[in-house]
Amino acid sequence: MSGFDFLTTRLETALGWGRKFSLFHYPFITACCGMEYMSAACAHFDIDRFGAGLTRFSPRQADLLLVVGTVTHKLAPVLRTVYDQMLEPKWVIAFGACAVSGGIYRNYAVVQGIDRIVPVDVYIPGCPPRPETVLDGLMKLQDKIQNQKQDWRWARKP
Amino acid sequence: MGPETLIDAIRTKLGPAVEGVADSCGDPVLILRSDSVRASMAALREAPFDYAVLLDLTCVDFAAPEGRLELVYHLFSLSRNVRLRLKASLPAADPAVETLVGLWKNAEWLEREVFDMFGVRFEGHPYLRRILTYEGFEGHPLRKTYPWRLAQPRIPLKDGE
Amino acid sequence: MGPLTRIQREARPESMLLNMGPSHPAMHGTIRIMLELDAEKILNAEVEVGYLHRGFEKTCENKTFFNLLIYTDRLNYVSPLINNLGYAMTMEKMLGVTVPERAQLIRVLMSEISRVSDHLTCLAAMTMECGAFTVFLYMMKAREFLWDVIEFTAGARMTTSYIRIGGVRADLHPDWRASVSTAIRETRRVLQDVSGLIDQNSIFLGRTRGVGAISKEDALSFGWTGPCLRSTGIPYDVRKAHPYLVYDRLSFEVPVGEFGDNYDRYSVRMREMEQSLRLIEQVAVLLPDAPPLPAGPAVEPAEAVRGSRRQRTPGRIRLSPNLEGSEKERLDGLAARSPSVGVPAKEDTYTSMEGLISHFLFFMGGKGIRPPKGDVYFSVEGGNGELGFYIVSDGTDRPYRLHLRAPCFHVVAALEQLIKGRLIADVIPTFGSMNMIGGELDR
Ligand code: SF4
Repeated sequence: MSGFDFLTTRLETALGWGRKFSLFHYPFITACCGMEYMSAACAHFDIDRFGAGLTRFSPRQADLLLVVGTVTHKLAPVLRTVYDQMLEPKWVIAFGACAVSGGIYRNYAVVQGIDRIVPVDVYIPGCPPRPETVLDGLMKLQDKIQNQKQDWRWARKP
Repeated sequence: MGPETLIDAIRTKLGPAVEGVADSCGDPVLILRSDSVRASMAALREAPFDYAVLLDLTCVDFAAPEGRLELVYHLFSLSRNVRLRLKASLPAADPAVETLVGLWKNAEWLEREVFDMFGVRFEGHPYLRRILTYEGFEGHPLRKTYPWRLAQPRIPLKDGE
Repeated sequence: MGPLTRIQREARPESMLLNMGPSHPAMHGTIRIMLELDAEKILNAEVEVGYLHRGFEKTCENKTFFNLLIYTDRLNYVSPLINNLGYAMTMEKMLGVTVPERAQLIRVLMSEISRVSDHLTCLAAMTMECGAFTVFLYMMKAREFLWDVIEFTAGARMTTSYIRIGGVRADLHPDWRASVSTAIRETRRVLQDVSGLIDQNSIFLGRTRGVGAISKEDALSFGWTGPCLRSTGIPYDVRKAHPYLVYDRLSFEVPVGEFGDNYDRYSVRMREMEQSLRLIEQVAVLLPDAPPLPAGPAVEPAEAVRGSRRQRTPGRIRLSPNLEGSEKERLDGLAARSPSVGVPAKEDTYTSMEGLISHFLFFMGGKGIRPPKGDVYFSVEGGNGELGFYIVSDGTDRPYRLHLRAPCFHVVAALEQLIKGRLIADVIPTFGSMNMIGGELDR
């Protein structure tokens, strides 16, 4: 590779770049939005193009929690546990109107937005969001990851 | 059996257990005495009526206007391809009725649902426990007295209402 | 910690209790199975549902008959149009409304497309959980083509609310024939591929043949309907037994299985999709093209509104693209045109006083759709079986009580029995072949 013998960057930028393109996500699928999640993950829309194609079904191996669908009060403790089990750094996407705000279900059974339970980084609106919206939300998260202050453990050693 | 003769035959068979007959949008409805639900159902399940499927069980809360709950059973006979709706009224305070567990296998879950949503006690049910809501939920959400939006969170929520 | 559950009370001290779900990839996020294990063998099981209980029935009691249609979309969210249909037809039975022929054909077309996508999703998930990821990708591909048809027509992919009380919302997309034939072609190809991959696959057979088998008597006793009941050999199909719409004029078969095991549930669904595709083709032949709109210039909507302020009778209004097919001229063939059943035409609402008044009268609280006092039950063949609505009306514009007879509630009730005495690995295909849909199960 003549003319491209070396590369300079900041460690922070490099780390952000690496992190944003290797999102292992844990789909916490409960409801209708899961159907659109399936579409987004499959061939037509192909979430893999953005480096988020690897689904991990254990929260301990994932760094992106996708909360897809309605979270009811009965399910709330489960979501909390799953979030707590994930390792830092971790991000959360609220997928669909129900996860964002409870959506059309404002009643005794549904939690009015998962940000009542876990912190949320990106909200994807729609009931259900179209796969394009999902990809847009994912890119927003990637921007956020790139530009946020990266914490790495070894830097904090005394 | 045509619909008329069928209803007559059922009335003859069940005798005083049938309190009345109604018609709703062309479907026959039988009104049962609540203390003879299980016996009537057992009779209807056998030949010649042959209602082999318990299609559905639900309840309607008429507590405010009429002081009663109404259980609504839907039976279906596969061999004769007809459905039948049966109703039984219960008092709104401490409603109880005999269980159908043992006659149909899905009765266990259906009755748990009615217990959960309306607080109807099914006597003789082996495992009457909440099914759609959770342990610790107070009240019965489909009762008209239960406020539509009264949530009962299980874990503390941030800036909850 | 509440009181002990049954399985905890009854567990033998030497056995192990294992919790599967609710957040388990094969449990679809909304069901929890507690297992009592002796090594890999399941001694006892308890299924807990309700994690997606969204208060559908309570919510409906507080919505008008027109507004609650959107909640029905989200019951069995894999085939929303069939839910719409079930609700709309129950209301029509109550109101005594007849639906125009064209709308009936469109309804059949749409509900069969939904049925295929329902079965595709079920089998895709089931086979993926058994390890056949390719099948999952293939089936999702086919589903996209089917959803294209829905999207062209209704404007949304899933939650369309397209089938309305009294008819359908709009006419089919002008190019619907092309999209339907693409969808049929692609789906057929996928079905063929999948059959080739799976039908003789010994791993798949090992996990499905003879696993999760249920007898005819038990299936009936559990109130099973739909493909799951048919897999035991009982040919009960609401479309045949109590024909609605134009199903009695169409020719299709009801595929049945033999043993009621997982493989039969799989193969019944596969064959049923073929029948649904046949139905779609027949409807496409029966369904005439949309009547052409009257010739002559058309005015823009804004211009028509401006003109109506000056008491000028507007010409034909060109509707915005997302309302395509819902022009006033077309509505006659698409919906029962009674002010107490359907929304008045938008052209009238925006350009004439009477139209505006009737629009308000329809949507005002206490007005609108007000069925007579009484109760009604009606069912259609949903993706999972007999999808019944039981509605009690007290003469107001809101249901006094609305209950859904959810087919998969009855199916999942049998899960405990089917997995007892089997191995853990058998839970996955057994549960997958039941097609548990949370929105419908827990409502
Ligand atoms: S946002 Fe809409 S589509 Fe998504 S889970 Fe909620 S109701 Fe279903």
